[in-house]
Amino acid sequence: MPSATPSPGANAVTVQVRHAEHVMGTVVSFDVPVSARHDGSLDAAIRWLHWVDRVFSPYRADSDVSLLARAEVSVDACAPEMAEVLAACASVRDLSGGYFTAAPGGQFDPSGYVKGWAVERAAALLAGAGSADHVVNGGGDVQCAGGRGPDGSGGREPWRVGIADPLRPGRLALVVAASDCAVATSGTAERGPHIIDPHTGRPASGLASLTIVGPSLALADAYATAAFAMGPARARDWTASLEGYAAFAITGTGATWHTPGFARHIAAV
Amino acid sequence: MRRAILAVTATVAGLVALLSFKTHSSSERTVASPEPAASLPPGERAITGNVANTAYGPVQVQVVVATSKIVKVNVLEQPESTEHDLQIGQFAFPKLIGETLSAQSARIDSVSGATYTSGGYIKSLQSALDNGA
Repeated sequence: MPSATPSPGANAVTVQVRHAEHVMGTVVSFDVPVSARHDGSLDAAIRWLHWVDRVFSPYRADSDVSLLARAEVSVDACAPEMAEVLAACASVRDLSGGYFTAAPGGQFDPSGYVKGWAVERAAALLAGAGSADHVVNGGGDVQCAGGRGPDGSGGREPWRVGIADPLRPGRLALVVAASDCAVATSGTAERGPHIIDPHTGRPASGLASLTIVGPSLALADAYATAAFAMGPARARDWTASLEGYAAFAITGTGATWHTPGFARHIAAV
Repeated sequence: MRRAILAVTATVAGLVALLSFKTHSSSERTVASPEPAASLPPGERAITGNVANTAYGPVQVQVVVATSKIVKVNVLEQPESTEHDLQIGQFAFPKLIGETLSAQSARIDSVSGATYTSGGYIKSLQSALDNGA
């Protein structure tokens, strides 16, 4: 009896499926083994993202974030994840000298942490169900596990994550080889100058985009936002000091720099 | 094969985005002769995309594939009734084709960039990747 599922073995071909989910004001793209569709973990990850949207969206009047922003509830009355998010935001705020904040522009809005955190957790749900090879991309912030394969010898190649060129739409600045790590980019190419420097209250300037590579998408995304708000000079020093995380930046004039740790992530094109 | 479909999708999306900048509507069109499959070197094959009906006329592209790598992109059909159309044909189409080959030759699985909105996703490279599977 023929089976659609390849038999396990060194040269087994993993059938991957893609799914794009409109949620959280963007699109979250999944590249997962077909088993994630059958075992329910893809559906669970999608349900998780919609739950996060309901609870953490600043655009929904009845979300916990909106209720908390209007001081209509206490943190204790919110979903237990709220305390976790607040603690993480405070930790990145302190690490970044206040360049990351859960209240950019003065209003409580932890979105700068929540999206990366939610996507990382969605990827963890897939891993928990046994997926070794998947990519979850939340609107341009990517959490990878394993790689694509098999290659000629039956092994896995790292996922190839293109870094969008902010000054030439539709083109790539470079390609990162990623397995079991996250790639997050902050920039102005899609939504204009929307990242606020909390110290001035004005949109940050000087950088066109800043990419962070490291193990956790929640942290990579928050670090990218903080570094972008710092501007080129301060961001370069600060990102070089981050343990386990590397940075690549493109300035408004098209100049680029990266931290010493970033070089090993660059893939051949 | 998956890469080929990706490239076709990306090209058509790019063309549709470009054509939508036009300020007039036209149903006139010309149809170029597709390259006969028989003239392709051994190991290459041509894959023709569906006709994309834009507000300014139909657009259709064809890719030539050799061992799952795109070696050529042909524009089979494009609006060509005004000066603007001709400019697209002479300048923008070759540029978009070049970009398609550039992204395809990079063999990427995913794209990291500034966060796009639901609407911005449609024009993104990630959208082309998602539709290619």
